[in-house]
Amino acid sequence: MNIVVCVKAVPDPKEICKVRIDPATKTLMRCDVPLVMNPLDKHALEAALQLKEAGSASVTVISMGPPPAESIVKECMALGADRGILLSDRAFGGADAFATAFTLASGILKTGPFDLVLCGMASSDGATEWVGPLLANFLSVPVVTMVRRLESTANNIWTLLADWQNGYRRVEVRLPAVITVTRELNRPRALSFSGILKARRKTIEQWDLEALGVPVETVGTKGSPTIVSEMSTVENRREVELLRGTTEEKAEQLVSRLAERGLL
Amino acid sequence: MKHDFGPVWVIAEQSDCKVELVSLQLLGKARELADELGVACEAVLLGHNLGNAPRELIAVGANRVLVAEATILEFYQPTLYRDIIVSLAEEHQPEIILIGSTFMGRELAPLIAGRLKTGLAAHCIGLHHDQDRNLVQQIPAYGGLMSIVCPERRPQMATVARGVFQTPLADPAREGGIVSVPVPDGSNLPVKALEIVREASSGLALEEARVIVSGGAGVGSREGWETVRSLAETLEAALGCTRPVVDEGWAPLESMIGQSGKMVSPEVYLGIGLSGEQQHMVGITGAKLMVAVNNDPKASVFQQVDLGIVENYEDFVPVLIAKIKAHREAGVTCR
Repeated sequence: MNIVVCVKAVPDPKEICKVRIDPATKTLMRCDVPLVMNPLDKHALEAALQLKEAGSASVTVISMGPPPAESIVKECMALGADRGILLSDRAFGGADAFATAFTLASGILKTGPFDLVLCGMASSDGATEWVGPLLANFLSVPVVTMVRRLESTANNIWTLLADWQNGYRRVEVRLPAVITVTRELNRPRALSFSGILKARRKTIEQWDLEALGVPVETVGTKGSPTIVSEMSTVENRREVELLRGTTEEKAEQLVSRLAERGLL
Repeated sequence: MKHDFGPVWVIAEQSDCKVELVSLQLLGKARELADELGVACEAVLLGHNLGNAPRELIAVGANRVLVAEATILEFYQPTLYRDIIVSLAEEHQPEIILIGSTFMGRELAPLIAGRLKTGLAAHCIGLHHDQDRNLVQQIPAYGGLMSIVCPERRPQMATVARGVFQTPLADPAREGGIVSVPVPDGSNLPVKALEIVREASSGLALEEARVIVSGGAGVGSREGWETVRSLAETLEAALGCTRPVVDEGWAPLESMIGQSGKMVSPEVYLGIGLSGEQQHMVGITGAKLMVAVNNDPKASVFQQVDLGIVENYEDFVPVLIAKIKAHREAGVTCR
């Protein structure tokens, strides 16, 4: 079984508040926020590794990003992935979800036949949740999003539980397919020292536009149906009143505000 | 009415013969956009035993409802729903397609956009059009707003969460057409929904709560999260959170408030350890009184709330809980 896991290098979600829109230039100010693996992608990789351990499967990790994203692919190799590919080219820059999915799909098709593509259900920075379904579209396979449990994985028709309003839906899907996963699916393993040592000997394949062999107008900004037309900062909407005094006094003031509104 | 341009569409969703609130809200917005653009406003509705649902859509502004009704459509069936809507869109050439950010919409919208080879904006909080007839789709990002347009391709597609737009008043006297559309063969689907299972929800529903206590990354640890939770319990409030809290696994996804989570409008919103990230803050703009507790006086949250409390929440919350309890005990004897 060939499993492909899509991962994304994202600005560390814990420091994301440092990335800001410059009120003067209306462009992004990135203040050296470190890149980390998108948290949900760790669950996708963990699912692949568990499937590998339960049977015979090979796990390929693929990512699209700038050269520093290589460290994220390397991390996946250290966790147990067999093959790592970074799609990197200046032409890929500025891609929306549509162009991103197209580029990833082109990379996945180049890796060879696949049975399963796993993704996190969303990235922490873009958060559109669309790369998985759009990938399925470009790969011409079915997709199930927000999967919380793999109920049955016998043969090539799987039964999955996926999030739904006030509950879940039980879905049957025929492989090959794309599955996007939630955090409930598993607990991602931690990096081990021996894994890091082993990963040192593995090389990451780097594929650019030429390697993918797709027209330049299908990727990056040119391949994106949507564009960001404007960025604006939001003015302070509210007059803020800061409560003064000791901790006790502040708590008392808040209690009386709540009481005034009949909420206690 | 101009006929050079196609209609504004809403892909409506229903359960148990009732149209989902978000679909009604989107129809109100679609009506507005259609009037400005001089085109028709239409809804597409798929399901089984739809009852009065198509009439509900007309009552809030649809000129016409395209209805696909069949047993197999009882649950959202991804490829079948996609194929029906894509072929209708190819026939009718809508200029805009709006879909609710429900579990269905979040999967179906990109499947349709992929087939129609067009762009899509996720979880929009504002929609209007510019002088070039482009739909300006606003999403919160990085402490501000990002405007997204899809200048070259049509339709323009966007998803919007429940609560972003107001629910329009229904006028049962409004007239409109109901058109039945053919349903293709649904056997041998590559992906098939077998059942939808409802689970008892844990805790108070965020959308209905009068008081919400919510925590952000600043809470720092699972133990810290327990402090926030105990405050919610004391106040009999619903418990909400930001994305990093879900990422850390302290709280479930269903408690996430914000652009890609829930939109809430309580009497009082009490945020603990929030930085003031836009994606979260847009979800609480409906709150009547917003209170923030954060130990960093420079945190941007203090520019976006009504009451600011600069305190370590670990010190402040236990004191607050004690004061609330004391107030209640005193209150009982007074009344």
